[in-house]
Order: sequence, then structure tokens, then C-alpha cells
Amino acid sequence: MKIVLTTTQPDLESELDPRFGRCSYLLVVDPYTLDWQAEPNAGANASGGAGVQTAQFVSAQKVQAVISGDFGPNAFSALEAAEVEMYQFGSCRTAREAIQSFLDGNLQHVGAATRSEGHSKGRSRL
Amino acid sequence: MRIAVASGKGGTGKTTVATSLALSMGMGSSDPPLFLDCDVEAPNAHLFLQPVIQERVEVGILVPQIDAGLCDQCGRCAEVCQYHAIAVLGRKVLIFPQLCHGCGSCGLVCPETAITEKMVVTGVLERGRAAAGFPFAHGVLNIGEPMAVPVIRQLKQWIQPEPDQTIILDVPPGTSCPVVESVRGADMLLLVTEPTPFGLHDLKLAVELSHELKIPAGVIVNRDGKAVFPDLDFFCAQADIPILLRIPFERQIAAGIAQGRALVEIHPEYINIFRQLPARMALECR
Repeated sequence: MKIVLTTTQPDLESELDPRFGRCSYLLVVDPYTLDWQAEPNAGANASGGAGVQTAQFVSAQKVQAVISGDFGPNAFSALEAAEVEMYQFGSCRTAREAIQSFLDGNLQHVGAATRSEGHSKGRSRL
Repeated sequence: MRIAVASGKGGTGKTTVATSLALSMGMGSSDPPLFLDCDVEAPNAHLFLQPVIQERVEVGILVPQIDAGLCDQCGRCAEVCQYHAIAVLGRKVLIFPQLCHGCGSCGLVCPETAITEKMVVTGVLERGRAAAGFPFAHGVLNIGEPMAVPVIRQLKQWIQPEPDQTIILDVPPGTSCPVVESVRGADMLLLVTEPTPFGLHDLKLAVELSHELKIPAGVIVNRDGKAVFPDLDFFCAQADIPILLRIPFERQIAAGIAQGRALVEIHPEYINIFRQLPARMALECR
């Protein structure tokens, strides 16, 4: 089993990054063995569509679940289409804590976008 | 000659200047200017120019549609889309119309020809004649639509000026894509600013834009004389940009503008000053 967490550092002890599309790193983890691999998030500096871009990466990892702080409407639609479960890390601080909470079934399952607007700096860019 | 009235900072007086320039040049002229309000997110020049609209067209962008029967989820459309408006997720293809810029790349790369394009209306263009008689056109971006550029581009394509007709473009604030699209092809930039740190900060950005696009620029200082702010004059001197006009900070002007009267209606003595501006710009701006 594989899950993805959005983190600020490429590390299991890293703090979680609350922004899904614009997180710094994506930590791909087997929650049972804690084998992990970190990828810099290509969407972090996108001028727009970061959530979609990040969701495509997550989808390509063939993971069961993704844990983050916030899922915008585009990211939510994309992850839902990819049949990836979404969870919010809530009060967990580090990736390790969130993985344990996930295994304990204590994370909030996300059934709808958790915010409305994008974090993009300029939505009318072309 | 195409004169674009831009500013960087919003609310400095672009429309005040652009409308008064058009009214001055149009008055009793056999060669009236053409006025284009390119600030499609918040067009307001019509409040001063009172046009009678004669023609109206809907505009928008071409958004892809996927024929699920032909699509084999190869993912090339998603790869080529730099705006991430298409995502291929397993066996599903999702389109995000609000991220789409209508560039058409996805349709070009699709090996199965599974992509067709559908017009999504994002705004309207309107044209007619200003109350003073000269031709007027503007674009209006629909509320909630994020992309101004396609509407501005189509506004500029829709209007065919007479040969040698002066075109006055009222440009949106800022220095981002809608501004670049509006001033593209302009011969002269009139940069309206105010003598404040905010005005100067954004004027510097606008001057950088004029350098980048290689369009000669001149400055108009609006709301001048309220306080001493030498930094603005110092910057213009350093940057070798002429200050063409100073409009004073004056209650009578503010009250008139608030009633929808153009500056040259409030103070007709500005008519000659505005009439001379194009010639002065050609001479002084580089």
C-alpha cells in the first residue's frame, strides 16, 4: 500500500505542508513499512493549475490515499476522478504523526473541496 | 497613431486622461479618433463618453471537448497543456475550462483526433458612437471569468480603424498579461501616475514594461500639488521620460468626475493641451 503526504521537507520527520497543489514536497510512503521516497512538487511554482498538476503526479504514483491540509476544487475533482482517497492531517504536525493517525483511522476523510479559490498569484495570466 | 493610456497603479486617472484626450481630438475634427476601452474587467469610459451601442457580439475561448469513444487516454493532451487544463487520470480525462487559455495545442497533438473545440462565451464586445460622434468600442468580461486577455485580443481584432486614424486605448491597471495585450502594437504610451510612493512604485513597473515592449512613453501626473513629492520628478528625469502634463489635485475636478463629466468638460482650457499631446509625444518621448 502507498499513500502520499504533502510536506515542507523531503523527510519522514518533515512538517506537513497544508497546501496540496503548492506543497514543497510529495512524500510517497508505504504506511506499514515506512519506506518512503520524496519528490519535489512540480506544481509548487506553477502560475496556474497547480492542483491539477499535482493531482496528476499523485494519480501516476498509483496510491490509495493522499494526506494534505487543503484541497481546492480542481484538485478535488482530479483526485476524485483518479479514485484517490483524500484526508486532512488536522492537528498532526509531522509526516510520521499523520501516517500513524491514518493507520489509526483518526484522519478526517474529505468528501468535498475544502476551499474555493486558487493560490495562484495571477489568475488572468496568459 | 495608437496611443495607449496605462498606469501601473489603479485609480490614477487613466480613464480621465483617455476620455479627455479623445474628446479634445474629436471636437470639430474631420479626422475623429477611435476609442477602445480595453479594461474589460471594469470598463468605465462609457460613463464619460455616453456611446450609443450599435453592435454587440459574444466572445470567448475555444475549450476542448473529448470524444470518449476515440480517446485512448494516451495523455499527450495533458502533457502539452502548460496551463494544466486537461488531466488524464487513469481512464478518465478531465477538462478544467477556467484554466484553459484556448490555445488549441491539445487538439493538435491528439493522435486519435478525439478533441474538438467548443466556444465558451466569456464576455461581450460592444461598439457604437460616443455622444461626441467618434467611434467607440469596449469589451466586458463576464463576472466570474478569470481571463481578460482573450476578450481584449478579440476587441482589438474586431475594430478596424480607418487608415491613419488615431486610436486611443484605455488600458487596464497593472503590468500583467491584460496590460501587455492592450498595449501591444501601440506607438506611444501615456503613463498616468500620482505623486505618492504608491504611484511612483507602480510607475516604475510601467516604465519597465514600456522598455520591454520598446514603446516610447511619457508621464502625466494627476492629483498634483497636494504635497511635495520630489522623488517622482527625480525618477522621470533619471529615466529620461518627459512629464507631459500635471493635473492639479482639485475639488472641482473630483466633483465633476464623480458626476460623470470628463475633465475637458469641467475645464475646457485643457482641450488645447490635450490636442497638442500627440505631437508633443512624437517629439519628446523615446
